[in-house]
Parts: sequence; structure tokens; C-alpha cells
Amino acid sequence: MSARFGVAVFPGTWSDRDCVHAVGLTGAEAVPLWHADRDLKGCEVVILPGGFAYGDYLRAGAIARFAPLMEAVREHAQAGGLVLGICNGFQILCEAGMLPGALLRNSSLQFRCQPTWLRVETTATPFLASCQPGELLQLPVSHGEGRFYADPKTLARLNDEGRVAFRYTDQGGGLSAEANPNGSLENIAGILNEQGNVMGMMPHPERACEQLLGSDHGLQLFCSAIQHLPLLTG
Amino acid sequence: MVNDPQGLVVKDALHALGYPEVAGARVGKFISLELAGPDLDAVRARVDEMCRRLLCNGVIEEYRFELRPVPGA
Amino acid sequence: MRPTPVPLTPTAAELRELALTELEYQAATVQLDRAPNPLELGMLGALWSEHCSYKTSKALLRQLPQHGERVVQGPGENAGVVDLGEDLLCCFKIESHNHPSAVEPVQGAATGVGGILRDVFAMGARPVALLDAIRVGDLGDPGQRQRFARVVEGIGWYGNCIGVPTVGGETYFDQAYQHNCLVNAMCVGLARRDQLVRARASGPGNPLLLVGADTGRDGIHGATFASVELDHSAEERRPAVQVGNPFLEKCLLEACLELTGDPDLIGLQDCGAAGLTSSCAEMAHRGGVGLEIEVDQVSRREQGMTPYEVMLSESQERMVLVVRRGSEDRFRAAFQRWGLHSDVVGRVIEEPLFRITAGGDEVASLPLQVLVSGFPERHPEARAPEVAAALAADPLARNPPWSAEAAWLMLLASPNCGDSHWIWRQYDHQVGDDTVLGPGGDAAVLRLRGRPDALALTVDSAHRSAAVNPRQATAIAVAEALRNLACVGAEPLGITNCLNFGDPDQPEIMWQLQEAVGGLADAARALGVPVVSGNVSLYNQFDGQGIPPTPTLGVVGLLPELSRRLGAGFTKAGDLVALVGPAGAGPAGVELGGSEYQRLAHGVLEGLAPEVDLQLEGRTAAAMRAAIHQGLLSSAHDCSLGGLAVALAESALLGGIGARIKPPLSLPDRPAPSWRMGLLFGESQGRYLVSLRPAQRDAVTTHFGKHRTPWAILGRVGGSTIAVEGVAEIAWEAAQSAWRSALPSRLEPAGAPGS
Repeated sequence: MSARFGVAVFPGTWSDRDCVHAVGLTGAEAVPLWHADRDLKGCEVVILPGGFAYGDYLRAGAIARFAPLMEAVREHAQAGGLVLGICNGFQILCEAGMLPGALLRNSSLQFRCQPTWLRVETTATPFLASCQPGELLQLPVSHGEGRFYADPKTLARLNDEGRVAFRYTDQGGGLSAEANPNGSLENIAGILNEQGNVMGMMPHPERACEQLLGSDHGLQLFCSAIQHLPLLTG
Repeated sequence: MVNDPQGLVVKDALHALGYPEVAGARVGKFISLELAGPDLDAVRARVDEMCRRLLCNGVIEEYRFELRPVPGA
Repeated sequence: MRPTPVPLTPTAAELRELALTELEYQAATVQLDRAPNPLELGMLGALWSEHCSYKTSKALLRQLPQHGERVVQGPGENAGVVDLGEDLLCCFKIESHNHPSAVEPVQGAATGVGGILRDVFAMGARPVALLDAIRVGDLGDPGQRQRFARVVEGIGWYGNCIGVPTVGGETYFDQAYQHNCLVNAMCVGLARRDQLVRARASGPGNPLLLVGADTGRDGIHGATFASVELDHSAEERRPAVQVGNPFLEKCLLEACLELTGDPDLIGLQDCGAAGLTSSCAEMAHRGGVGLEIEVDQVSRREQGMTPYEVMLSESQERMVLVVRRGSEDRFRAAFQRWGLHSDVVGRVIEEPLFRITAGGDEVASLPLQVLVSGFPERHPEARAPEVAAALAADPLARNPPWSAEAAWLMLLASPNCGDSHWIWRQYDHQVGDDTVLGPGGDAAVLRLRGRPDALALTVDSAHRSAAVNPRQATAIAVAEALRNLACVGAEPLGITNCLNFGDPDQPEIMWQLQEAVGGLADAARALGVPVVSGNVSLYNQFDGQGIPPTPTLGVVGLLPELSRRLGAGFTKAGDLVALVGPAGAGPAGVELGGSEYQRLAHGVLEGLAPEVDLQLEGRTAAAMRAAIHQGLLSSAHDCSLGGLAVALAESALLGGIGARIKPPLSLPDRPAPSWRMGLLFGESQGRYLVSLRPAQRDAVTTHFGKHRTPWAILGRVGGSTIAVEGVAEIAWEAAQSAWRSALPSRLEPAGAPGS
């Protein structure tokens, strides 16, 4: 069973090439999607990759979210299609209102590029359905604005509805401030939309698909999506 | 005048969103827009829209603005 | 339009503004057979500046070996190019942005990165790595802490935003750099052979396109700014510093790379120092043609700019291209797709003139021969400083202020030897998915997809003894780079050099420059590594006091088998620890001259520079590479700053495990007061600290015997301490605590964000 992954390219995006490489390792096909086109080219999974779309000027993702491509992405998500926002992609999804909350400047006020341990909090999404709840994955982060924030009501909702996808933990799976690279509320590293078909995450799975580069735990997310592609109507 | 990459991109983004009347934008500790319009109320309404749609992220930010006529305009 | 301004004889002050001497002015008028008008004079000032013309250093740089079987392009283009085989080329260069970083550290460092990136993608190569060398003053000074943090912020911001990983670098802190910080940025890129573009104009009638940012009044006379000494008025020159736009550059990079290999693309050049003037004039001159530019066609950011301002603006993120006539619209459309504005601003002409028009009226016309190479070469007097006393002093005769253990921990906790993680965790070092060994080791290693080999990169500067022996200290830089590459298993392919010096009009500094270039030439030649690109930064001086001579090198190497790469940390308890290279050097067997220990313990620079045996260095590096390729070793680490003891501690800390060795030399009968310190911290050359599985002992013995390489097993990996038996022993935990705290304890006081 194969799948077609679309990888969005906004001016300033750079991990599109890495996402294409990572998807290639799973055997699936990856297709770049130009920001100015409304065409998803028949892709079942859309990835909004990391980078600095529009330089992160004004606010990360603030301008990219108005791209014509995003209209198609929104429709795709509404119809139940899979969307994965990685780092800048997560920021764009939040700015677009497709995910709640916002990503703020790291509490250290510095850019951080480092490995992190993530605990899988839910498997109620095709991206994580192949994982075990509580499973630990090692994925790197690389961002200056990754601190997840949501108001108390929204945060409560996310928790109640089981929509927190990952939390930063130490190697043993324990939640701690040291394990949190950016000061995110409740160590949240990734979240889901209500349907579970849109996931946003700050860490970079596309950088963890080969042991050679430090970890191959990221591969699971792409493979899981392929295995659990939703059957879309129409 | 120092180069302001953020200002340039904000101006282009406002144009793309349908606000061609913005002649310039500078982004520092506050955002400054230079724009034309028929009257103050009309301009106020437009700027309010720009803030809500692009310049401010309602999840984490609030905004307020003031209008000042440019001398000689 | 107004008629061409009547040339007036400039005053001495006006000439100084342009950093032109009376002699140079005369040379210009003689060659032109008339006086240049103000615009022409401004252009001459920019192109005849040290930064653009190398008028003081050119004669010296000629002695550097530039040729080799792998050299595709030596000095003279935007970047140097070496052949990696199988149609893959590597373009690389290092460049300084010292003066702007001293005035505005974030933007100065950022635009330095922007500039070097453009130099590489102007060749048609995709940038795949950045490295940087930073020198500021002592971190005990809050101003220096802030400056350093901002430089790191600037480098990180630009590199991270544009998506090129920063994989290595070097930092050094010393009072001598407090007024003149050094920021040298290196970029490495890859291109297929048919994608390589040169910066050459040709074909009269072909249009000249300018693409990228609008032109503003940024950095006018930045080239001359870089060619004069900083003084107290430097602060007021703040408007001269450019502000970077990495987003625009990312778009420019992608657009340009899409166009490489296009048969209608004739030449591509970035606009750097001296803006349009230098980029266009150099392109035309290399192509043996002329160029005509209509300034009104240049898209501006400001109102009322004069032709002078347009031609000399150093607005960032701009490229110029010469394309085949008729294809310009196609290129413009390609740029438009990336949101980039472009204009046809001129055309190639047959006569080798640089003609500028404004509204159709000619406002300047200079023969390219004069503009680009008419400057008189300068041969300032060189005179060796009085260093005999310093050299004759015996560093071993001093009484150590600390115990051996205290000194060891002090060195590990010092910013120059301590953990640099605080710096590189702010750099994206992984984007691109090709970084196999990132910052923190001896060299960075980048995978080359679809090939078994890999790229290895390092940046190294001359030994601290450069102030008294620049020749030897610079040879040491080359040797150290060679060793750093050998530690990962790689062989050097080419060098890019950045020569950071004070004012060459001071005879002692001119001597330093001569000697350093001589040392670089000797070492590069002896080790068979060509110098393919580089940059000279002179006048790093404040109130008459120059920086110590600081030649910095970037070296690119090739690791034949990625799977054989080795790291610097010990890997297994029970492994044998050995020293490869000579056990002792210098008259007393140990050498403290110019060492980091000497600087910390006594605050002086004295004694002989460490001996360098280039033949032995070459032979040992080859033996190391072969050993690594054959899988004989478990770890390899170069002995440099802080000597054997620091190398041992680093290997133990990186490996997460202790080690115990006997000294490589036995204590003499009546050791000098600092002899033990010399043993531990002396910076003798040609040495590697390695570890190997006990089962490999015989094979390794045979191997090094065959290569006639001195080596000795000194001890074992294991335990919870790091020890040189009979001399010093420290707890692993204490070593880690000291090493990790070096930068954070100074840059992030407790309670501040990030601590």
C-alpha cells in the first residue's frame, strides 16, 4: 500500500527537501506543492514543513497562512484528509486557526537545536496509530519560537479530549522543566485537531529517519500515516 | 533610513490581502503604516481590518492604533 | 539631467574619506590622463581599497600554492572550487566581517554570513554548510559578553533563517580583541560540474540584470570602512552597517540555483563590498569586455539617490547577471516566481570601459584596466619587532601559581578550552539531513548522498605564538587543520584563508603579514594542500594598537568511507589509550611557549613557539587516516589548545568515561619548576590521543611501524577519574562540571532566561 505525500513550499521553507527525502525512505511518493497554487495534486497526506516562511517576519506563519495553497489544505482537512504541520508548519496551522493556541518565543529567548525525548500521549490519529501510548521517541527540535501556549479553557479542552499528541520528557519518560526545550505549557510538543486528522508538532520527524543522523524514530510517523490512511469520500 | 525587511514583507502581504492603499510599513517595537484613504473613518475601518486579519494574533495579542495625518498630504 | 560634474581637485580630507592616498590619486590621474570626477573618484576609492584590491597583500599572496589536481578554480573568482570526483564539485570560501561586527554585532555578523553565502551560490553551488570563527575580548567584561552573545545571535539568525546548517567553528577570547572583534564566516557548497557558473561578462549587447533587494543608502563606503582603523568615531558611522534579510536571500538562492546550467546565463556575481561598482567592473574585466550601466534603471528604496550613491551602495541581497540578449524576459519571469524584483540595468559593450549613465547622460567613464587593476601595489616597509627577549625567556622556569589539578580544572573551565555547546545549540546544525558529525568534535562530517565518501570541514587559527613567530604559528594552523581532519579519517583537499591583521603601514605588522603568509605557503606546499580562496582583513586596529596576527583557515577534506569515521570521545572501558606522534619536543622535551596555560597562569607570551616538523605531520596524518580507514582505532582526538591533558579530559568527557595514563615522558632528574605543567599543557605539535580495543594492539603496532610513525600506549579507558599518573588526577564529575560551565557561567548568570 502506498501513499502520495504533498510537501508545501512557501518562500522561505527549507525542510521541504528533508521531508521529501524522509518520505522517500518509506517508499512512498513525495510531491512538492507550490504555495501559490491551489492544487494538492491528488496527495493524501499534506505536510507543511519547517523553515522560516516569509522569514518568520511579523510572526511565524502569519503571512504563509494566507497562501492560496492553504485554502486547498483547509478543504482537504475538512474532508478528513491528513495534514502534518512540522515546526513552521505547526505555526502556520495555528495562525490559520486549523489548530488552537499559538507558538511563542522560547523562554530562553534563544534558538535551540537539540535532541529531545517525546512521549506519545495518544494514538487516536493516523500519524500515531502505529505507536504505543506512552512510547518514547527521540526527535530533534530546532526553533526559536516553539513555546506552545493556549488559554486555560483551550488547554483544558485539549487535555479532556485527548488531543495532546506529544509531551517533552526526559529519557526515562518523566515530565520535567529540564526536558522542556522551550517552556511550552505542560511540556506540550504537538497537538491534534478535533477530528484527529490534523497534527502539529514542533520537533522534526524528517530529521530522524536514519540512525546515521542520530535517530530513526521519526520514520514511524510517516509509516503510520501510510498504514492508516483514512478512506475519504468523493 | 535603515533597511526594514519585516516592513517590506508586511507591506507586500497587506497588498496581497487587498489593501493596496498601504504605501509603506515599518516594524519595530510598534508597527507604523503609511496609507491613503478618503476620510479618517474609512481609514480607521481599513486599519482595524488589517489588524484583525494579519497584524495581530488574537490568541496572544491585543492591538490599538492611532491615526495621524502626514504633513503635506 | 544635469551635465557631468566638473572634476575638482579633491582636498586631503576628501581623499581620506575615500581611503585614497595622494600617491594613488596621482596614479589615477596619470593613467586616465585627466582628473577623475567625484563619481569616478568614489568608484576608484572603493575598488582601490584594500578589501577589494588587495593592494598591500597581493604580492605576498602570490606565493601561496594555488594549483593541484583537484583544483577547478583557484583564487580570483567568488569562491574556490575543488573536484570531489564523479562530477561533483565543492565551492568554498571564508570571509571576514570584522569592522561591521564591531559596530553592530547582530547585523554585522548576520550580513557577514549573508555575504559568504552569496559568494558560494553565485558560483552555482548549493550552500550545504556554514562555519565561523569568532574572537572577542575577555568575557569578564560585560560589553564583551554582550558583543559575543549578539554575534552568535546574528550568525544563528541568518544561517537558521536561510536553512543552511552551521556545523563547526572556533571561538577565542582575549583582551587583545576587545576593540576589534573578529567574525570570519565560511561557506561550503556543492555543484555538479555543469552547474558551475563564473562571474564573467561577455558578448557585446548582452543585457546586465540586477535582481534582489532595492538599492538604498546602506553601507556606502563599507569597503573603505573595512580598510581603515576604527576609532572613537566608529559609533557614529552606524548608518554604514547593512541590515540583513535572510528571507530575501533564501528566495534569491533558490531562484539562482534554478537558473544554473541555463545556456543563456553567461555570468553571475553577487553584490558585496563596493556594491554594483565592484561586482560589475570585476565581471567585465574578467571577461575582457566593457559595461554600460544606466543608474535610473536601478530600483531604489530611497528617494533622491544620486548616481554616486547608487553605484556605491552596499545594500545586501542583490545579484547581477549577464544573460544572452533576448533571454532577459525569461530570467525576469523566473525571478518573479520567487517574488523577486529584477531590472535590466545595463549592457555589455565591446570597449573595455566602465560607463555609467544617468537619464542617458554619461556621468562616469573609466577604463576597466584602471578601475580594477590600476592601483599601485603597496610594499610597505616590514621590520621584525624586538622579540628576542620574549623568545629567549624560558616558560618552564616560572613558578606555577596553581597545583596541577587546579590548573587542569581551570583550563577546562576557561572559555577557550571549555565546552562550546552554549554557542552551537543556537545554530541549526542539522537542516539538510546530511550532518553526520556536527559541532563539538575535531571536524564536522557531512554525508554525500549516493556516495560512500563524505565531506569533512574544519576551521583553525594560528597558534598564540603568532605575535612573536607568525611564520611558525601559521604553519601550526595548517598542521592543526590537517590533524583535525585526520581525526575523523579525512584528507585535506583545499584551504581557504582569512588573514586578520592590524595596520600594515606599521612596519612590525607588515612583517607579521609577510611572515604569516610565508608560513602558510611553506606548510601548504609541504603538505600538498592548495589555497584556493580567501580574504584579507587589515587595519584591525584601535587607537594605534593592532590585534595580534590572526590568520584563520578553513579546510575542506574528504573522508573516503563514511562508515569508518571516528569521533573524539572514548567509546569503551578497557580500551587502550595511546599517543600517536612524538612523545616530546623542544629542548626540554616539553614546550610551554605561547600556550593557553601560559596565558592563564602568567598572562605573558614568552618562549619559543612549539616546533613544527611538517614532514612528520604529513606522515603521521597519513598513518592516522589509514589506521582509521582500516578500522584499527576506536577514537581519535587532536592535541591542541591545553595540550595532552585537555585532550585527554575532552576524550573522557565526550565518551562519558574516565581514563588513566602514564606520562609520555619520564620526569627529568631536576625538572624545571613548570616542567610538569609543560608535560600536561604544553602545545607540542603532531600529536593525537587515540583509543583502541586491546585486541587491536598488535595490528596497530605493525601499522604505525610500517608508517614510521612514533606512537606509545600510555594507559586505559575506565574508572571515574581522569589521571596522568604521578602528575595529576581529577574526578570525572569535577571535570565535566568545570568544562560544561565555561561559557554558561559567564554568559548566563543564574536566574537569567536560559540558565
